[in-house]
Amino acid sequence: MTNKTNNKIAFVQGNEVCAEAALYAGAGFYAGYPITPSSEIMEHMARRMPAMGRRFLQMEDEIASLAAIIGASLTGHKVMTATSGPGFSLMQETLGFAIMAEIPCVIVNVQRGGPSTGLPTQAAQGDVYQARWGTHGDHAVIALTASNNQDLFEMTVEAFNMAETYRTPVIVLIDEVIGHLREKLQMPDPDELEVVKRLRTAVPHGVDYHPYLPREDGRLPMSDFGDKHRYNVTGLYHNMWGFPTTDPGVIDGLIHHLIDKIENNLHQITRYKEYYLSDADCVLISYGCSARSALHIVKNRRQRGMKLGLLELQTLWPFPAGLVREKCSGAQHIVVVEMNMGQVVHEVKRAVDHPERVYLANRVDGEFITPTNIKNVLRVIMGRGV
Amino acid sequence: MALQDYIRSRFFPHIWCVGCGHGTALNALLRAVETLGLDPSDIVMVSGIGCSSRMPGYVDFHTLHTLHGRALAFATGTKMSKPELTVLVPMGDGDALAIGGNHFIHACRRNIDITAIVLNNRIYGMTGGQFSPLSGPGVVATTAPYSTYDPAFDVMRLAVGAGASFAARGSTYHVVELQQLLVKAISHKGFSVIEVLSPCPTHFGRRNQQGDSVEMLEWLKANTAKLGSKAAEENPELITRGIFVEDERPEYCEQYERILEQAREG
Ligand SMILES: Cc1ncc(C[n+]2csc(CCOP(=O)(O)OP(=O)(O)O)c2C)c(N)n1
Ligand code: SF4
Ligand SMILES: [Mg+2]
Repeated sequence: MTNKTNNKIAFVQGNEVCAEAALYAGAGFYAGYPITPSSEIMEHMARRMPAMGRRFLQMEDEIASLAAIIGASLTGHKVMTATSGPGFSLMQETLGFAIMAEIPCVIVNVQRGGPSTGLPTQAAQGDVYQARWGTHGDHAVIALTASNNQDLFEMTVEAFNMAETYRTPVIVLIDEVIGHLREKLQMPDPDELEVVKRLRTAVPHGVDYHPYLPREDGRLPMSDFGDKHRYNVTGLYHNMWGFPTTDPGVIDGLIHHLIDKIENNLHQITRYKEYYLSDADCVLISYGCSARSALHIVKNRRQRGMKLGLLELQTLWPFPAGLVREKCSGAQHIVVVEMNMGQVVHEVKRAVDHPERVYLANRVDGEFITPTNIKNVLRVIMGRGV
Repeated sequence: MALQDYIRSRFFPHIWCVGCGHGTALNALLRAVETLGLDPSDIVMVSGIGCSSRMPGYVDFHTLHTLHGRALAFATGTKMSKPELTVLVPMGDGDALAIGGNHFIHACRRNIDITAIVLNNRIYGMTGGQFSPLSGPGVVATTAPYSTYDPAFDVMRLAVGAGASFAARGSTYHVVELQQLLVKAISHKGFSVIEVLSPCPTHFGRRNQQGDSVEMLEWLKANTAKLGSKAAEENPELITRGIFVEDERPEYCEQYERILEQAREG
């Protein structure tokens, strides 16, 4: 890792952290297309992967990048691509393919201001709903985020673990501030974090292997392209062999499986942090870079005896509604801090017992949301004393 | 291996219309694979969306049926991640050259060892007979009821210009020749493009007075000629069949191995 100050502490940028974490998790194949503010992930991979005997590919666009990593995931590799808004928009159809065909892969979206070319070099958190609903049709998806380098490392490793566990694409949804922020990273030891290996089938050669027949626990052991089991993979509704079908029973079973395998494991997938929540009468809810300012104001006001707390979400999708409801149950005021016109705030309103107590503190001008921005909103809600 | 061992008969009947050229092309392809004595476990077939792209479902290789136009991008990841695999990519004309045109030229440019088989019926078969970038002018299609005026790509010139190191054209009338061309295309080290003139009687033949499948095959016989043949020289209107380019050029995955070595030595 670059700029090492000693053998375990590094002073690095979030994008590099994300790339290093992917290597730690065992990413063997990366394909991408450059775009600000995510390019450093790709550049870091271009340098590091060949030296580790792993494979890196620059493709002709983001559609091809995601397609290529899916093609490589099927030969048995852990795979990743990274992009930002416009590229993530291009990936949506292919993302749906990975969901339908149940291909483990990790997609990083370092959010910038949108819509369109928007604000290439400035921060925003406007892609939260796109991560959830960007691809067409009913589906479930996992999206994780982080507010600092240490957490980003862990969440990226988690993304790989969840991709393997649930056989699904996992989105790491960070933002320009986190991607470009340089701060300390304590590099985990090789065995420090859990790394989930690809689950491969134990069905012997010559015995009919059903690539799309879930085990009792919902998991689907894979077989690598090139090995002895030969099967079909398609984005069409398919049966247990992966062959296209229009059988209503099979279709119904598959759509339920695709959603249940994620929604039913919400508890295992949910990651969050909490600060001063036990007695908080005002709960801030935030994520990614915004959570840094939210935490700052919470600590600052605690020193003045005000009962502020912070719930920092790291799993954005599936949305941890039960957790939010529980943590907000005693709150008089709930303030969602995010850098968009209001996305997670809608989920929070749906989750809590008193949606009328939910407010939005946001900033959408390309500048980082500051503690003062949040304080101003708190003043309006709670009165001058804040 | 016997030919039928390459087929997943469990998933028959297939979806293709009676007289569709795609089945004949598959027949020639499987015979080529048999001639080469390839182990099906070493073959991956990747396709996009279209009638032609349904081919993978029926063959007992590792098969990946992807998105309209994107087959070569998926295939590039598969090949790069396991270069020892033989990767075959059947594509429709719209699939390969309209929506997939960008991936097509970049796969040519890289010269990655993949065999792209463009099943050219000059029409969008699966969606019901709209014109394609290979229809050329003067074709009646559901989206060109007064006839097309769009010029067509010349697949061979496009492939060669973009960097493919093997380019050939065959037809489903000339099946033995097609099989031989496929053998060469698959054995070639580098990106191979093989264009197969493959009639769609249902949507092209019917609207364009080419008649049923038998008449369309007759049309292929009458309107094509071997590259360099006397007939081709005498009548430049004829569509030529044969190998347009067969070059030795650095192959993409092999080049990457060098990068790996270089990076290891640091
Ligand atoms: C993104 C997208 N756009 C459009 C379609 C609809 N579509 C499916 S197949 C096809 C064209 C098929 O024609 P061709 O590629 O020539 O293959 P053929 O069926 O003739 O073999 C189209 C437009 C699609 N599936 N996906
Ligand atoms: S519509 Fe045309 S291309 Fe499709 S199966 Fe029928 S004949 Fe073949
Ligand atoms: Mg066609």
